[in-house]
Amino acid sequence: MKIVVGQGSCGIATGAKKTSAKFEELIKDKGLDIKVDTTGCVGNCYLEPIVDVYTDENNFRRYTKVSVEDVESILEKELSNEAFEGNLIGEEDAKFISKQTRIVLRNAGLINPEKIEEYIEVAGYEAAKKAVCSMTQDEVIKEIEISGLRGRGGAGFPTWFKWNAAKQNKGENKYIVCNADEGDPGAFMDRSVLEGDPHSLIEGMIIGGFAMGATEGIIYCRAEYPLAIKRLEIAMDQAREKGFLGKNIFGSGYDFDLRIKAGAGAFVCGEETALIASLEGERGMPRLKPPFPAAKGYWQQPTNINNVETFANVPWIIYNGGKAFGDMGTEASKGTKVFALAGKIKKGGLVEVPMGLPLKDVIFGIGGGIKNDKEFKAVQMGGPSGGCIPKELIDTPVTYEDINKTGAIVGSGGMIVMDESTCMVDMARYFLDFTKKESCGKCNYCRIGTKRMLEILERITQGEGRDGDIELLEELCYKIKDGSLCGLGQTAPNPVLTTLKYFRNEYEDHIYNKKCTAKSCKSLIKFEIEDNCKGCTLCSRKCPVGAITGTVKEVHVIDQSKCVKCGRCVETCKFDAINVE
Amino acid sequence: MSDKTCCGCNTLSDNFKELAPTMEKYAKVPGSLITILQKAQDIYGYLSPEVIYYIAKETGIKPAKIYGVATFYAQFRLDPIGDNLLMLCKGTACHVNGADSIEEAITEHLGIADGETTEDGIFTLNNVACLGCCSLAPVMMVQGKNGEETYGNLTPDSVKEILDTIKSQN
Repeated sequence: MKIVVGQGSCGIATGAKKTSAKFEELIKDKGLDIKVDTTGCVGNCYLEPIVDVYTDENNFRRYTKVSVEDVESILEKELSNEAFEGNLIGEEDAKFISKQTRIVLRNAGLINPEKIEEYIEVAGYEAAKKAVCSMTQDEVIKEIEISGLRGRGGAGFPTWFKWNAAKQNKGENKYIVCNADEGDPGAFMDRSVLEGDPHSLIEGMIIGGFAMGATEGIIYCRAEYPLAIKRLEIAMDQAREKGFLGKNIFGSGYDFDLRIKAGAGAFVCGEETALIASLEGERGMPRLKPPFPAAKGYWQQPTNINNVETFANVPWIIYNGGKAFGDMGTEASKGTKVFALAGKIKKGGLVEVPMGLPLKDVIFGIGGGIKNDKEFKAVQMGGPSGGCIPKELIDTPVTYEDINKTGAIVGSGGMIVMDESTCMVDMARYFLDFTKKESCGKCNYCRIGTKRMLEILERITQGEGRDGDIELLEELCYKIKDGSLCGLGQTAPNPVLTTLKYFRNEYEDHIYNKKCTAKSCKSLIKFEIEDNCKGCTLCSRKCPVGAITGTVKEVHVIDQSKCVKCGRCVETCKFDAINVE
Repeated sequence: MSDKTCCGCNTLSDNFKELAPTMEKYAKVPGSLITILQKAQDIYGYLSPEVIYYIAKETGIKPAKIYGVATFYAQFRLDPIGDNLLMLCKGTACHVNGADSIEEAITEHLGIADGETTEDGIFTLNNVACLGCCSLAPVMMVQGKNGEETYGNLTPDSVKEILDTIKSQN
C-alpha cells in the first residue's frame, strides 16, 4: 500500500501538508510499513486536499477534502482493504477527470514531481532521446508541423514555424526560452505543470532546443510561484545527473543545458521582446518588430520563446507522432487545450479537452454549472486581453477562430465564469485597472488612453456616468488598438469592447438610470431592512460601522449615512430580511 | 563615487557583506541586474538607497538606471516591510468572489491600506495580481519568517482570525 497526497499550491493552501504529516504520524505510531508520497496538482482543485491510496501499482482509491480529522478513519478502513465512504470521491466528481483528454496534464497527480524515476517510468525522456539520437532537426520540426501544435500562451502561432525560423537564422549562440511568467490573472495551468510535472517541460525544451540548434535554454518563471521554482531546480539537477542535461546529452554529442531566471512581476513581460529585455536585466519594455526574436532576440542572437503548456505537449507529440495529436481537435485548432475553470463555478480546476468542444460542455458538462445554482451570465476568456462571452453564445466551439469571432480570445486558457451578481461594467473597470497598472508606458495611447478609459469606467460605476461616455470609450478603444506597439495595448480595450457589444444595456442603465442590475456597484445600491426582520440583532452586531440599530425582537433600521455597503448584514441575516435595491 | 556612506563611518562594502558573494558571482555578468536586486531584497527585505549605490559601484551600472529597473517591476520595494507580508490576490477569480471585501476587512482590522505597514511592524499589506490558486478564491499568501503559507476560501471573518493567529505567534 502507498498513500499519495496532492501537494500543489492549491492542495497546500487547503492543508495538504498537515494531512500528509498526520498519515505519517499514524503510520509511525502503528509501526506500519506504508509509504506516504507527494504528487502535484490533480486538477480537481475544488476537492483539495486529495489523497490517493494505492492498493497496488496501478489501482488507487481517491479521497477528497481530507482533513486531519479524517485521516485515522481512512487509514483504519484501508488497512482492511475497504473504502472509507465518508471521503471517497463521488461518481459525479470522478467524471471531472474521466471526461477530459489529458496530454499536457498526462502525469498530473500521478507522479511525484521531485522524483525523476517516476517520470522515466511513464516513458519520460524517451521522446527527447529519440529526437536527439535518431532524428534530424528537420524531422523534429516536421513532426511538430504535422501535429498542428499552436502556441498555447495566447497568440496561437504555429510552433513549428517559429522553431524553423530560429533554426534557419544564423548566430553565434541560439537560445530557447520558456515563458513561465503566467501573468493572466485567472490562469494557472502553467503553475500546475511546473509544480506537478516539471520534467515534461524540461523534456519539451530539450527537443525544441535540439530542433532549432540551441545549446542553452532559459526558463523565465514568475517570482510569485516559489514552489514551482523549487521543483524545477530539483528536476533540473536530477536531469543533469542522469545525463539528460549538460554536455553530450544521451551520449549523442549534443550539448544542452537550462537555467531559471525569476521574473520580477510585470505582465507586459509576456510579450516576447519585453521578456527578452527583462532577461537582459532591463525594464521589460517591448521593442519594435521586426527584427523578430527568431532573428535577433536575447543578446541579439536567434531566440525562440514558447510557453509552458506548448513545451509540455512536445514530448507527447514526438513519442506518439504528430498525427495522433493532429487527429484531435478541429482542422485549424488541433490537439487539446487546458482551461483553468474558476469564478462562480461549482467545480473549479484544470480541464483539458480536445479543441472544438462547445463552451457549454466545459462549463456545465465538466464544471458542473454555476455555484449555488444561480443563473449563468457570461464567461471571461483570455484575461485582460480577452473578453466576455455571453450566455447566448454558450454553444461556441472552443477553437482559436471561433472564440476570436466573439471578440474574446482563447489566450492562455483562463475561463472565469460569472453569474447574475457580476456587474459587467465593473468587470471592464477591473481589467482596465489592471492594464493601466501594467502598461509599460512606452506608447502614449496605451499609457494615457488606458488611464482615461479607467477614469470613465470608474465614473460610470460610481453613478456619475454622463451622456456621451459610451461613445468616448469606443473612440478610445479603437485609438488605443491602433496606437500601441505591442499586444498589451492592442488588446487592452477588448474587455470593454466585448462588454459594450453584449451588455450595452448595463452601461446605459448605469449612466442614464443610475442603476446596477447586478446589484454590485456600491454607489448605486441601497440596503434596507424589511418588515420580516425578527429582531435577532445579529446584523447589528456584525455591522463593521455600527450603522444598524434596533431593539431585540423588533425590526431593525440601517442608517444610510453610515452604511458602507459591505454586504456583511445580507450574509449574516438568516431570515432574508435585508433587501438590496 | 565615494566608497564612504553618508555618515562617513563605514565603507559601503562593509555594510553589505551579506551581498558580497552575490556580487562576486553576478556583478560582471551582463544582464544580471534583476537577479542581484532580487538577492538584495531577499537579504535586506527592501532596496534602500544605500544598497542601490553599493550595487551601482560594484556593477558599474548607473544608480538612476537601477532605480528605473527597481520601480518597473512589482516585486521590488523601496521601503522596509513588516515581519509578515500579506499578499492579497486581486486576480479575476478572486475579484469575482469578493476580494474587495477581504481587503476592506484587513484594512478595518489592521488599519493599513495596500502598500502600508502596521505601526507595530508585524504586517504589510500588498495587493498582488494573481497567485494561481483561482479555485480557492479569494486567496491570500502570507510571507513570514517561516516561509510562505497560502490561505484560501477567505471570508471577512476568517481573514481576521488568520491575522489574529499570526499576530499571537509573532
